Amino acid sequence: MQNDASRTGPSMLLILACVIPILVVLVALPKFVDTYQIQLLTYGLIYAIAGLGFNLLLGYTGLLSFGHSAYFGLGAYSAAFMAKYFGVGSMEIYILGGLLITGLVSAAFGYICVRHTRIFFGILTLALSQVLWTLAYKFFWVTGGTDGLRVPFANLTLLGGLIDFKGRDTYQAFTQSYYYYVLFLFCICTVFMWVIVHSPFGKALQAIRDNETRAQFLGVRIRHYRWFAFLLSGSFTGLAGILWVPLNGLVTPDILYWPFSGEIVFMTVLGGFRTFTGPIVGAVVFNYLKVYAVASTAYWQLLLGVVLVVLVLALPTGIVGTLSRLFGKFRKR
Amino acid sequence: MNLLETINLKKYFGETHAVDNVSLTIAEREFVSLVGPNGAGKTTLVNVVSALFRSDSGKILFKGDDITHTSVTERVKAGIARSFQIVNLFDDLTAFDNVTLAIFSRQGKTGNPATLAHLDHEVSAEADAVLAQFNLTSKRKEHARDLAQGERKLLDVALAYALKPKLLFLDEPTSGVSTRDKGQIMDTIASVVRGEGITAVIIEHDMDVVFKYSDRIVVMQQGAILAQGTPDAIRNNDQVAMILLGTSGPDAFTRKD
Amino acid sequence: MDILIIQILNSIFYACILFLIAAGLSLIYGVMRIINLAHGSLYALGAYVTAWAIGTFAAGAPLWVSFLLLPAGAVVVAAVGAAIEPTLLRPLYNRPEEYQLLITFALLLILEDAMHFLFGGTPLTAGAVIDSMGTMPIMNLRYPVYNLLVIAIGIAAAVFLWAFIYRTKFGVILRATSQNMRMASALGLNVKRVYVQAFALGCFMAGLGGAVVVPAQAAVLGMGIEALILAFVVVVIGGLGSLEGALIGALIVSFVRTAGIQFFPEIELAVLYLIAAVVLLVRPTGLSGRA
Repeated sequence: MQNDASRTGPSMLLILACVIPILVVLVALPKFVDTYQIQLLTYGLIYAIAGLGFNLLLGYTGLLSFGHSAYFGLGAYSAAFMAKYFGVGSMEIYILGGLLITGLVSAAFGYICVRHTRIFFGILTLALSQVLWTLAYKFFWVTGGTDGLRVPFANLTLLGGLIDFKGRDTYQAFTQSYYYYVLFLFCICTVFMWVIVHSPFGKALQAIRDNETRAQFLGVRIRHYRWFAFLLSGSFTGLAGILWVPLNGLVTPDILYWPFSGEIVFMTVLGGFRTFTGPIVGAVVFNYLKVYAVASTAYWQLLLGVVLVVLVLALPTGIVGTLSRLFGKFRKR
Repeated sequence: MNLLETINLKKYFGETHAVDNVSLTIAEREFVSLVGPNGAGKTTLVNVVSALFRSDSGKILFKGDDITHTSVTERVKAGIARSFQIVNLFDDLTAFDNVTLAIFSRQGKTGNPATLAHLDHEVSAEADAVLAQFNLTSKRKEHARDLAQGERKLLDVALAYALKPKLLFLDEPTSGVSTRDKGQIMDTIASVVRGEGITAVIIEHDMDVVFKYSDRIVVMQQGAILAQGTPDAIRNNDQVAMILLGTSGPDAFTRKD
Repeated sequence: MDILIIQILNSIFYACILFLIAAGLSLIYGVMRIINLAHGSLYALGAYVTAWAIGTFAAGAPLWVSFLLLPAGAVVVAAVGAAIEPTLLRPLYNRPEEYQLLITFALLLILEDAMHFLFGGTPLTAGAVIDSMGTMPIMNLRYPVYNLLVIAIGIAAAVFLWAFIYRTKFGVILRATSQNMRMASALGLNVKRVYVQAFALGCFMAGLGGAVVVPAQAAVLGMGIEALILAFVVVVIGGLGSLEGALIGALIVSFVRTAGIQFFPEIELAVLYLIAAVVLLVRPTGLSGRA
């Protein structure tokens, strides 16, 4: 899709023709499938927001972060802290507060990390994310340590208090409402990110990715732009972390630990990092894959590892990249 | 009036005096060719003036202002643009997007993440005009990596040109293309540059090209200016002829700049 | 005073283990420009294999049998490495480095679960070795003799590796390949073979680290993931690809950790990561790195 977009300028009509049916299905879905499936899809959409943010750096700016667990975890812990220590139950306040915090931290971390590129960038992001992990792990009297912090959905309110989940039969009601809430934010994030990557700024990022020196000789301020992309990327991933909390009900240091960063990379590559829709597809598929693997075998990591090996060796362009190539071949005939 | 002036400019790589005490002035609207054997310091001189390298000593004045210590970005904003000997494009972007990027950058719009690039019709129109000037209209949707070598060379120049610079450095814009395409590329470049009143400094090995298009020729050897003058004066300079037409001899060092 | 000596000895012991892991990581990066995310898991594999071998074959046997079995972990891991390089890594040398990083991440996932599958979820120890070697007096306290042996092994490994890389023909070939792979290949060196050997040697170091640590510490699931990040800190502080750097980094990290556990246990690890980040910013080539 991104390829088409950069060729002609995206054709709005074509995009709408693709997007509207998908949206209709997504909106109607809770009528047809059970709560558990809705819950899984909600997780998938949340990871998709994280993947979109992550891919602004990997796919569009050419920077591989191995520390995006930091921003996901920061968002999650911000919301959990607000719930536990300030008795906040409003999702909107979680979002505002959490975005402020992840925004500030990703601005600070980004300022440091964009001084390097390539492998050094990856190691820097990794090291900084692990600083946060050890803090969450060691300051157990604040963070609950490995037991984590509980955020029961019963205290949650959506839309400034319009919707709450006290009393009523609840888990099902929560899952449905929350699904639509996440779906709405997912749509907003997708549109936002789509505009960003098709904006002059997004083009400049791609130019930096392709050819740093030449971008500089066109007057593009490279480090500055990388930093801004980092900030946006971290904030998107942070938002995903915030949304993840009420659904999961529990925050533990695991989401700050570096293998979770690896999972974010995995999802994005699974979908295809050189396409706009890749991380979305990748996140949803990855979530199903992982849930399925965990449910069916104690050795789910092994299964995921094998999938990743096959992916890297045989399908490096990911699901979306491979499909669009097949589709392209089909059309040429 | 002098647009560019370098005063005693030096750039050493260890023992190698790549640019050795060069004082050169370029007048406005001049079309100057830099010639000399490989390793004479032509590209290094351009690299220093365009801020890819820092000079070791000496001064660079642009429109009378001292720009010796300014960054690449500042020099681009001041109006110095360049193309590259080894083509330097955004390979995963289309020819059209390559050019729009230069225009967006010139207009200070690249920091804007909230508008759609392809809806900026003014920029699109200008980009199409630039592509047309460089005979690349039919290639606008092609990715830069898919273009032919001559087209890539032209696109490289078009990117620099789209910045609307006062001073344009072209580092071997016709290297690696066939003799037939060479003339076409140079005609295109010359007509655009002359038409817009841009000052151009071109590094070129093909003396036919140099004699045909230049107002002035600057001959470099071993990092220093050996001679300069009109094409006629240079043509009749025996010393220059020996260096350029002879095998450039034992004096030329092997380092490719 | 005696506590201090014990702490210093503990730090050196720990530095030896870290050096073995980090030197392998650094060697692989130096020659092949690959960051091996599975390196910590290979270290864990070494620990498991040795603990298993000693537990299975040396139970009730004299001590020297255990010592014969100690290197088993290192040898097995080296063999695993020699199998991984041509099958999984070689197809990726011409691809962007993202893919190389990802394949080693996949390898990490696979190895972690493979160990779980093969050795079960309970920790494996080879504590009998350390017990039967006894302790020696350090002023008023006693210190395990085995730990001193590990320190000796660590020092021997450092000397051996140094001699290997700077004094043998293979070392020359290795260094030439790491400087310029194309040139080495053009000169007729068998780059493929050098890569296999370098990768296997790096894995051997990691496996050796695991093998010698397991009498003192049980092999547990997840030990590799933790070890990898510490090894990262070591090579970043010392300089990626530098052998001396791995040594310096290992000493710094283990002394800071020992002090940290004593004086600031909550932020002990955080301090290490911050040191790594600062070094990367100020001197990206590390303390002993060349520009």
